[in-house]
Amino acid sequence: MAANLGLFSDPSPPPPISGHVPSSRRRPSHDRISFAPDSSHSASSPSALGVPARHGSRAESERLAASQRDLPDEDARLVVVGDAPGTAEAAARLGLGVGPAGNAVRTGKYSVLSFLPRNLFEQFRRVAYVYFLVIAVLNQLPQLAVFGRGASLLPLAFVLFVTALKDAYEDFRRHRSDRLENNRSSLVLGPSPLPRFLPKPWKRIRVGDVVKLLADDPAPADMVLLSTSDPTGVAYVRTTNLDGESNLKSRYAKQETLARTPEDGFAGVIRCERPNRNIYGFHANLELRGGRRVSLGPSNIVLRGCELKNTAWAVGVVVYAGKDTKVMLNSSGAPSKRSRLETRMNRETLFLSVFLLAMCLIVCTLNGIWLVVHQNELELMQFFRKRDYSGGDEKNYNYYGIAMTVFIIFLMAVIVFQIMIPISLYISMELVRLGQAYFMTRDTNLYDESSNLRFQCRALNINEDLGQIKYIFSDKTGTLTENKMEFQCATVGGVDYSGGKAPSPIETGFYSIVVGDQFWRPKMLVKTDPELAKLLRNGGETEEGKCAREFFLALAACNTIVPLILETPDPKQKLIDYQGESPDEQALVYAAAAYGFVLVERTSGYIVIDVLGDRQRFDVLGLHEFDSDRKRMSVIIGCPDKTVKLYVKGADNSMFGVIDKSINLDIIRATETHLHNYSSLGLRTLVVGTRKLSRTEFEEWQSAYEKASTALLGRAGLLRTVATDIERNLHILGATGIEDKLQKGVPEAIESLRQAGIKVWVLTGDKQETAISIGYSCKLLTREMTQIIINSYSREACRKSLEDAMAMCNKLTELSPMAQSSTTAAGSGRIRLALIIDGNSLVYILETDLQEELFGIASKCDVVLCCRVAPLQKAGIVALVKHRTDDMTLAIGDGANDVSMIQMADVGIGISGQEGRQAVMASDFSMGQFRFLVPLLLVHGHWNYQRMGYMILYNFYKNAAFVLVLFWYTFYTAFTLTTAITEWSSLLYSVLYTAFPTIVVGILDKDLSRRTLVRYPRLYGAGQREEKYNLKLFIICLIESVWQSLAIFYVPYFVYRHSTIDGSGLGDIWALAAVIVVNIHLAMDVARWNWMTHAIIWGSILATAICVMVIDSIWFLSGYWAIFHVMGTTLFWACLLCTIVVGIIPHFILKAFIDYFMPSDIQIAREMEKFGHLNQAMRSEIRMRTFSQS
Amino acid sequence: MSRASSGSGDSDAPRRDSKRPKYSRFTQQDLPACKPILTPRWVISAFTLVGIVFVPIGVALLLASNKVVEIIDRYDTECVPDNMANDKVAYVQNEGIDKTCTRILTVPKDMGRPIYVYYQLDNFYQNHRRYVRSQNDAQLRDAGKANYTSDCAPEKKTSDGSPIVPCGLIAWSLFNDTYSFVRGNENLAVNKKGISWKSDREHKFGKDVYPKNFQNGTLIGGGKLDPNKPLSEQEDLIVWMRTAALPTFRKLYGKIETDLKENDTITVTLENNYNAYSFSGKKKLVLSTTSWLGGKNDFLGFAYLSFGGLCFFLATAFTLAYMINPRKLEDPLSLSRTKNLLDH
Repeated sequence: MAANLGLFSDPSPPPPISGHVPSSRRRPSHDRISFAPDSSHSASSPSALGVPARHGSRAESERLAASQRDLPDEDARLVVVGDAPGTAEAAARLGLGVGPAGNAVRTGKYSVLSFLPRNLFEQFRRVAYVYFLVIAVLNQLPQLAVFGRGASLLPLAFVLFVTALKDAYEDFRRHRSDRLENNRSSLVLGPSPLPRFLPKPWKRIRVGDVVKLLADDPAPADMVLLSTSDPTGVAYVRTTNLDGESNLKSRYAKQETLARTPEDGFAGVIRCERPNRNIYGFHANLELRGGRRVSLGPSNIVLRGCELKNTAWAVGVVVYAGKDTKVMLNSSGAPSKRSRLETRMNRETLFLSVFLLAMCLIVCTLNGIWLVVHQNELELMQFFRKRDYSGGDEKNYNYYGIAMTVFIIFLMAVIVFQIMIPISLYISMELVRLGQAYFMTRDTNLYDESSNLRFQCRALNINEDLGQIKYIFSDKTGTLTENKMEFQCATVGGVDYSGGKAPSPIETGFYSIVVGDQFWRPKMLVKTDPELAKLLRNGGETEEGKCAREFFLALAACNTIVPLILETPDPKQKLIDYQGESPDEQALVYAAAAYGFVLVERTSGYIVIDVLGDRQRFDVLGLHEFDSDRKRMSVIIGCPDKTVKLYVKGADNSMFGVIDKSINLDIIRATETHLHNYSSLGLRTLVVGTRKLSRTEFEEWQSAYEKASTALLGRAGLLRTVATDIERNLHILGATGIEDKLQKGVPEAIESLRQAGIKVWVLTGDKQETAISIGYSCKLLTREMTQIIINSYSREACRKSLEDAMAMCNKLTELSPMAQSSTTAAGSGRIRLALIIDGNSLVYILETDLQEELFGIASKCDVVLCCRVAPLQKAGIVALVKHRTDDMTLAIGDGANDVSMIQMADVGIGISGQEGRQAVMASDFSMGQFRFLVPLLLVHGHWNYQRMGYMILYNFYKNAAFVLVLFWYTFYTAFTLTTAITEWSSLLYSVLYTAFPTIVVGILDKDLSRRTLVRYPRLYGAGQREEKYNLKLFIICLIESVWQSLAIFYVPYFVYRHSTIDGSGLGDIWALAAVIVVNIHLAMDVARWNWMTHAIIWGSILATAICVMVIDSIWFLSGYWAIFHVMGTTLFWACLLCTIVVGIIPHFILKAFIDYFMPSDIQIAREMEKFGHLNQAMRSEIRMRTFSQS
Repeated sequence: MSRASSGSGDSDAPRRDSKRPKYSRFTQQDLPACKPILTPRWVISAFTLVGIVFVPIGVALLLASNKVVEIIDRYDTECVPDNMANDKVAYVQNEGIDKTCTRILTVPKDMGRPIYVYYQLDNFYQNHRRYVRSQNDAQLRDAGKANYTSDCAPEKKTSDGSPIVPCGLIAWSLFNDTYSFVRGNENLAVNKKGISWKSDREHKFGKDVYPKNFQNGTLIGGGKLDPNKPLSEQEDLIVWMRTAALPTFRKLYGKIETDLKENDTITVTLENNYNAYSFSGKKKLVLSTTSWLGGKNDFLGFAYLSFGGLCFFLATAFTLAYMINPRKLEDPLSLSRTKNLLDH
């Protein structure tokens, strides 16, 4: 074993390195969201510390420890290695009910048989559909049969059918991919007489099967590694399919299982946790034949979907299969949110219900009055015929007294007027959102070239919320910045070396290393400081030189980076690619390589570093991984000169606590000064220290370490204690400054968003100086701004600083009268405020009564910057705003620590970047770059909002207009709810005659061009002010529908009042007039006419006419041939023209008046777009380019 | 999640399968389109145009309507003898009383043939829910389907259970007043052929369907039918069964194929059989000529004229408004709120 090289000829067994050295990042499972209470995510550069800073690691470790302590039978799963039937038996024996799941996956929701019932069930979970179903059922009662049985079910059936069709298609695609997945094959160890690996389809693999993966094979199920092609038992996997991270991760087979060959059989029983969704946690132990127990952790398991890389083969035993695998358990659907517009819409729907109820009451009351007045005539009235004489004895025919009749009429009225609540609206909205999502994902401006990612709509029902955002909460690292770390400068031994220059091609020879006849060089070039390079090369014996060497050795050694050798076209040249989980670490190792300390090889026991041309082997004796309490990591290295050294790197505040201040105080001072400078430049800083361990110290540590790492109880806590004990009295080496580059277009995007009246708050885990300097570089902060900084360490101090800040705010806002006019009008005369607050203060503010004051101040400030905030605090800040205002909030982030705020905000956006896919999984939309927010919100958000707002109003209006036509007619039918319009037409009206134009307009119409919207971000205000959907517009559209219904009803009424026209003929006229009027109304509101709009609007009028003719060609319907008789007369055409013009004139007047005399921003922008000057167009094009080019 | 990205996560060669959306004017929402804007010119022209179209149409419609000569005579009250005026229902239900009644009409203007004879009922809800569907289309059309009497209650079957053909309230309530016209000594023939729709005669009412058990019940609703004539030839029934849209309606009784001169006196001999008294309905006899527009219809002409006029007025009003309160289009500075539009 590698570590057993015997630096000290110690008989004690070597530390069980394989168990923990490469421990992969341990992130807590976000079972939606779970935070440790102590998760202060405040390291200055967390991910630099070997393992990316993940909150809650302690809590998780403790949980894991607990689970190890007692993995009781009822919580455990037993897996008999290599014996799938035995495994199932064991499960049965333990009384676990059904055995473990097979490996076939089924993401499809339905089967052929279950489709109908399940899909219907899902659909009827919507209240609206239940309403329509109740109405359809009511209609089946003979007394209430308003429409024919078939006809009454038609609209509901149509809507259900369309939705079912959509669902079926989606499910079909899922089934197809399932089939593909289930039929892939892997090598599985055959039955015992002739143990051989044979291909087997994935769906037949069972828990307990031993599977062999070859290089580049994906794992068919979650499996524990037993052995690999590597003698140390390491296997590299890529987890792209699982969490989107493309770097390699190492997994280990246990020493105890390594030696056995497959043919020997791996007898043993694995006792592991029940399936759970924590992809970063696994706990189990393996009982070998001899009775020896080996504990297994997350580093021993390869999850389904991971691909084996850089390893010839690996053998493992399946522990979770099929739907029990972590990846399947994690593939939860998109989060379900409801858009603001839809919530508002429900208010209006309620209003319409009241309206509907009122109409029904009016009709039934009037019917009652009519009956009372004509009470004595009912028997003889030919059209009433109260009595039935045919049966011999006289009885009432279908008459149960006035009260009952009135009640029946009421129910019938509900049925007749049902479309007052627009049934088709719900399906239309879904289709429109689908269309909008299509356009958003297809937008080339939202495509990220560097990550090859399109925009992704994960939540389908909040598209329109994008148009109403008022607050953006943004993460910094990976969101505003690229999270591509670049080593910038270092301070070594108290001397600042920040004169880095880009590497010139001649220099590249310096840091390529010679291996045999080949040249290996790092994949990434880092600029080096010539002074420092010279010092390293020449100043070997001086104190500074030694210090510098130690420093870079520490950078090269103290990490968990895995070097990979890549081929290049030139056979003599190879590239070293550093794969690791933390971008900061990668940057540091590349930097060390650039200065001549090239990490060449890493195995579980040793690393090989090329020190300035001299290949040396260092034994890794122990590694203390990063945790958020210590905020540092350390390695214990056995050097070639037989000394043992401890290297530590960590956040400055945690490091200065463990550095021995008695020596080199001036260096410490100097380093502190340099660190301050670095962080004000926006660099992420790390301090590096070292200590030489004496033999006794090492032995003490080793035994403690061994004890801790084999402990069954509270292992993580013990390990932390061991680490804290050894990490002390350090000798300072220096510190590094790493630049996290701003993403492209961020300053411009922030400027645009600010002009759009959106407040951008940045919430970061970084330290204050870094945050402020990033704030400046992305133009969030400007020099003219007055900064209010709140940095307090107690409740009282917080209260005090908040009060001071409030006073200051008030004073400043009084000074500038402009400020009162509007918060969005960022006038030039106004003093702008920036609030900077840190996580410590927030501890005392959030969830207390100080929240109100913080909100008061924050809402007065243009910019709010929160530094050193923990993930839960991020959510707390979002909640602070969300619960106190009616404004829409948007959170954008890329890491697991942003999940909480992404879920808290009204709209959550995940950046699919370097930090995995946790944020994306929790988000509603995901995209590649921060700057895409500008086209997303300003363009698509605006369009979506105005389209959806208009569509909802229009649907209310068009159905109300039609229902009112029916309503007016009841006054001429003795209030008996006969409809002149054939039942088919009245049922088809909302689903067929008028539904398609609104959908197409809802998807395609755009009030303004992309160019204008990007150029004038102010136009976004329309959504924030709810200009396209509000109560006023709703009332206006209701008034319009009343007027139009009157016109549609009464013009033909007066024309045909004294004629021989039959009911169906007049009904056809009303139906046609209604469809034409509402379509022309729509046509007048369309802003942009392309061929599709033309086709759909005029097409649906034509389609209606054809439908009416078809209905009137059916001989057994009462309206047989009526339309043809009517259409043959000039009177009909004259009447139709008059009806349409009379109906539409008020809307035209209103539109002409408002557009000219009370124009909205949008109207003016439209005019500019149409008549604007050429040079303006040119200018805007230039601006456009900054956002659209990637 | 793995599904979405499987097979494409190979970052070694990300360009191999670039996911860059294909550019097309459709997907980028950039289809060529026209952007109408209601400029003053457009608004004024639109109003003027509507006015220009509407006023002449209105004039033409009024002229056409004025050419139509219409004689309307309400006879339901006049044709009841004075002694029975207080109980008109008893009068009309009493089969013993002779219902013949004579009315004298004077022609106000020359009437060219054909002169259409209508009866007009007021307050008769042929669209009443209990009434409007009380018929069976299958039975009317097909001789073999005489038993199809669903929807026909309470006029389905006679008391002994044999089906009524045609069944239902609509047929049962068939209008049965009759009119004959005499000018001087000249009998004006009323042509009752072709008063119903051809489509109805040919497709809705069977040529081999004969009335059976019709109007035999306790309560007589209206006219009787000749049991020897197929339904397709019972044109009065066909006309009656095309139910009217409104409670006041006219139905064609017949055509007089003779020209009438101004001040001609016409004696109408009518049989006042139909019980409109039970629902306080009115019965009117209408003689009317037609124009290219159909019957007399002043409303539409006035509607066109007034809305045409309104549009002229609106055109003027908008012109004035635009002049009084002009706004330079596309000028963002014309508004206080949008002043900020350009403020970067």
